[in-house]
Amino acid sequence: MKTYALAALIGAVSVTSALADEDADLVVNGDLEIAVRAPAPDHVNLPEVLSGWLFRSDETQALQTDDFDNPGMIFVDDARETWASVEGAAGESCQSCHNDPESMAGVRPVYPKWNEEAGEVRTLAMQVNDCRETRMQAEPWGYTSGKMANMEALLASVSRGLPVNVAIDGPVADTWAMGEEIYYTRYGQLELSCANCHEDNYGNNIRADHLSQGQTNGFPTYRLKNAKLNTVQDRFKGCVRDTRAETFSPGSAEFVALELYVASRGNGLGVEGPSVRN
Amino acid sequence: MSYSKIFAAVTAGCLATAVCAETIVPTAVAYGEYGEVATSLTGAPGDQANGVMVMTNRGKGNCIACHQVTALEEFPFHGEVGPSLDGVADRWTEDDLRGIVANAKMAFPGTMMPAFYKTEGYIRPGDDYTGKAGSEPLAPILTAQEVEDVVAYLMTLNESN
Ligand code: HEC
Ligand code: HEC
Repeated sequence: MKTYALAALIGAVSVTSALADEDADLVVNGDLEIAVRAPAPDHVNLPEVLSGWLFRSDETQALQTDDFDNPGMIFVDDARETWASVEGAAGESCQSCHNDPESMAGVRPVYPKWNEEAGEVRTLAMQVNDCRETRMQAEPWGYTSGKMANMEALLASVSRGLPVNVAIDGPVADTWAMGEEIYYTRYGQLELSCANCHEDNYGNNIRADHLSQGQTNGFPTYRLKNAKLNTVQDRFKGCVRDTRAETFSPGSAEFVALELYVASRGNGLGVEGPSVRN
Repeated sequence: MSYSKIFAAVTAGCLATAVCAETIVPTAVAYGEYGEVATSLTGAPGDQANGVMVMTNRGKGNCIACHQVTALEEFPFHGEVGPSLDGVADRWTEDDLRGIVANAKMAFPGTMMPAFYKTEGYIRPGDDYTGKAGSEPLAPILTAQEVEDVVAYLMTLNESN
């Protein structure tokens, strides 16, 4: 019963969601323009790709237009400290190899991407943990842990406004195809696919929720619902659970493939993270 | 309470009472050519008031998640995924509605509407909303009587209402 009470509460909080201004433009701090709509890439069955920001209420939209109002920015500051802190047996910090976090501009938009040496598709979380383990000889962070979410927020923030641009062919083609198949599979007792909600019904309300295209350009997202940063694979997990299905685990081959595929559906949208959602 | 417990309780009751003994299990429901179901799943009349509860409760049918129903306006947040159910009793017979609620895929192939009286044939079925694996046969989302209750309520949704 507890979960239903919670669901009812969320419903009440998002009462204004239907009033979203879907014609708004996103400008952060008065001068940083972020593309919240883009022409659909050829591989996407949509007339236009749209950021989840467009589907949020005016109040939620406004929180993202100023870094002093964006609760996600606190976690970016936290990650800046981590960035410069030495950890692990090698005596290194992120800073010692990469200089300032600003040197990472342009990285977030192209992930997940192929890593030639490892011969695998890597998400940003996988790459961060590889640096920690191999170069710093430090413990890896939990895939969807607070530390990881904060670092992802920092890496996103220095790429804000740059267009998402993940590759879908070459060595990632098989992974991408696997992600596409997962996207269209109707899982669980409710027999719902990602596409049922986010391709066929974006713009429609489902109970108190205003459905977006389920784009990932805003991740990590600060959600008013749980007052913390949420990683993309945590969001996938929640959506699959809501179909009364057995979820996949964060970091699994399935979710890595899905992350690549869903990211590619948003090619052209501006990086927003840390974004604000309800 | 979990659905499996509720379902177990209903099944146990079936052994004891004559009315329940007629309950048609999900795998035995006979769908007609257009997805209609001609026989009551329980033989007992539906309870309209309980039908309203099932239709509006997030843990039960949650029909208004996808459908707008003017007569249920007091319950907040009606979805826009399916058609409005206003006047649905003028468009469909009781048998049609029973089939649509039990398994709408029989009437509308490929529809987004979930099957509420079905227990197997799922991809990665879960244990309710826990995200953990469930094992088939699952308890149906609605019991046979709850389906009848919803159908009884839907039959009141005609032009004059
Ligand atoms: C039953 C409906 C439903 C299904 C099925 C579903 N989602 Fe969602 N999803 C939602 C709702 C509701 C939200 C919150 C509002 C919004 O942004 O659409 C959401 C949000 C999201 C977001 C966050 C978007 C943002 O801008 O913050 C992503 C990403 C997402 N979903 C991806 C997926 C993927 C991938 C799948 C399939 C594995 C999936 N969803 C399946 C209902 C669904
Ligand atoms: C996840 C979405 C969803 C849920 C939940 C849902 N439906 Fe539907 N329903 C639909 C869609 C979509 C259609 C249109 C059929 C099609 O796909 O062509 C539909 C069609 C119907 C129809 C036929 C309406 C008409 O006028 O043709 C009835 C009756 C109906 N639903 C009743 C219910 C009831 C009762 C419940 C709950 C026990 C319910 N639905 C739950 C999505 C849903």
